[in-house]
Amino acid sequence: MTDKPKIKISGLSKRFGSNVVLSQLDLEVGRGESVVVIGGSGVGKSVMIKCVLGLIHPDSGSIEIDGAETIGLSERDRDAIGRKFGMLFQGAALFDSLNVWENVAFGLIQGRGLDRPSARTIAHEKLGAVGLGADVGRLYPAELSGGMKKRVALARAIAAEPEIIFFDEPTTGLDPIMGDVIDRLIVDCVRQLGATALSITHDMASARKIADRIAMIHEGRIIWAGPTGDVDASGNPYVEQFIHGNAEGPIQMQVRAL
Amino acid sequence: MNVLAPLGRVTLIFLAATGRIVLFTASSLSHCVRPPIYPRLIGRQMIDIGYYSLPVVGLTAVFTGMVLALQSYTGFSRFAAESAIPNVVVVSITRELGPVLTGLMVAGRIGASMAAEIGTMRVTEQIDALSTLSTNPFKYLVAPRLIAAFAMLPLLVVVADIIGIMGGYMVGVHKLGFNASIYLDNSWDAMEVLDVVSGLVKAAANGLIIALMGCYHGYHSRGGAQGVGAATTNAVVSASILILTANYVITELFFAI
Ligand SMILES: Nc1ncnc2c1ncn2[C@@H]1O[C@H](COP(=O)(O)OP(=O)(O)OP(=O)(O)O)[C@@H](O)[C@H]1O
Ligand SMILES: [Mg+2]
Repeated sequence: MTDKPKIKISGLSKRFGSNVVLSQLDLEVGRGESVVVIGGSGVGKSVMIKCVLGLIHPDSGSIEIDGAETIGLSERDRDAIGRKFGMLFQGAALFDSLNVWENVAFGLIQGRGLDRPSARTIAHEKLGAVGLGADVGRLYPAELSGGMKKRVALARAIAAEPEIIFFDEPTTGLDPIMGDVIDRLIVDCVRQLGATALSITHDMASARKIADRIAMIHEGRIIWAGPTGDVDASGNPYVEQFIHGNAEGPIQMQVRAL
Repeated sequence: MNVLAPLGRVTLIFLAATGRIVLFTASSLSHCVRPPIYPRLIGRQMIDIGYYSLPVVGLTAVFTGMVLALQSYTGFSRFAAESAIPNVVVVSITRELGPVLTGLMVAGRIGASMAAEIGTMRVTEQIDALSTLSTNPFKYLVAPRLIAAFAMLPLLVVVADIIGIMGGYMVGVHKLGFNASIYLDNSWDAMEVLDVVSGLVKAAANGLIIALMGCYHGYHSRGGAQGVGAATTNAVVSASILILTANYVITELFFAI
């Protein structure tokens, strides 16, 4: 056991053309810790996670996983690190040529080399955990509702029991009751699997339930981070505005009145 | 206004695109030979490319052979050279028309569907999802398509050659009044191993070109439905141009000296 953070992001910068999305972002996530990143729409939360996953190449900065630098790795080393990750995409990103249980079992069959029958059993277990029955397993993603897709994507992200799981807005588009079920599931995952979780959400109720620590991102950097209990007394006007959902405050939305 | 500036810009864009395609090709080919290999996916692509293209390729070939015989007759009868018709049909089909027309038809059918499928997977983040599930998209998506196209195009061209020559035979014998066995004998005599082999080499090259262009444009598509549409068009257009270019180069290699 070491004290090294599981994920250590430092000085991460990324721009798309003239659009500066991340500038000098720093964030650490400890082993077995659940960190939730909050922030307005379009501030670069998804981009940050994709940089950690290696799906987007940052312009500069360093990302260490278990103390090892991941930027600039060869493809093969990258694949090895990728095995530690599970990811729930904001838009679910289910494979539409495969049915639901094959989607959930994908990482088990292709990544871990499991045979199809046992992968199928595990897939149905995970589907059960997100409240979907075996009959859903035979459907194709195009036949699911938005919330069902999200739950299938969640089952797929946790199926291979990864060390580090990223949840990009896991409860957006779910009804409040199912949202709570998913929040509990995420908490259980982190506890039982000993996994490390980095989540993104807009939903403060959900953030309070799943987070050990909350970090707020604004204008490309983390402007506040602290234990979940401190979020109400952060003393940071940006955080205050965000958690109370005020249109008035230091964060100005680029809108014009009708 | 500097007139050379736009020219330079176009040249740079062209060179950058060429570089990206070369890198993509190198990386795809290296993934074709390194495990893991997905036999199931290769099989499915082979059926899609080989079997389901048969109607299109067969129809193209039969009408090409028929029109060749008919056109050569109208031309050659002026010089009383009708006996050269079987020869013309066989040589044109095996050397040029079989591989080129098959390549162009398959580019329209398969290149487009590859670009659309992979492009949709790109814009809906399914390709990103693949790599988070310990699966290399090049191995899972690109390599099976390359291998299948490389293997199936020569087979399709063999079929096209046979059907095309049969088309010529049908017109020759039933319309132009050739004696059936003499026509067949002449056709057989006109058949050269080198012609057929050069056609099959072209076919294999066309297979690689079609799959590479379909995958490359799909893989690099961005935006939404519009981006996928553009990728599909670009895949078919670039594959068609490259097929015609490669056809000339291979012909030159085989027959120039
Ligand atoms: N592939 C891309 N190419 C160009 N710009 C991009 C790309 N991906 C994201 N962006 C830009 O980066 C910015 C941040 O996007 P991102 O998806 O990270 O937002 P987000 O914080 O996740 O927002 P939301 O909460 O709405 O999901 C946006 O301005 C977006 O336009
Ligand atoms: Mg997002």
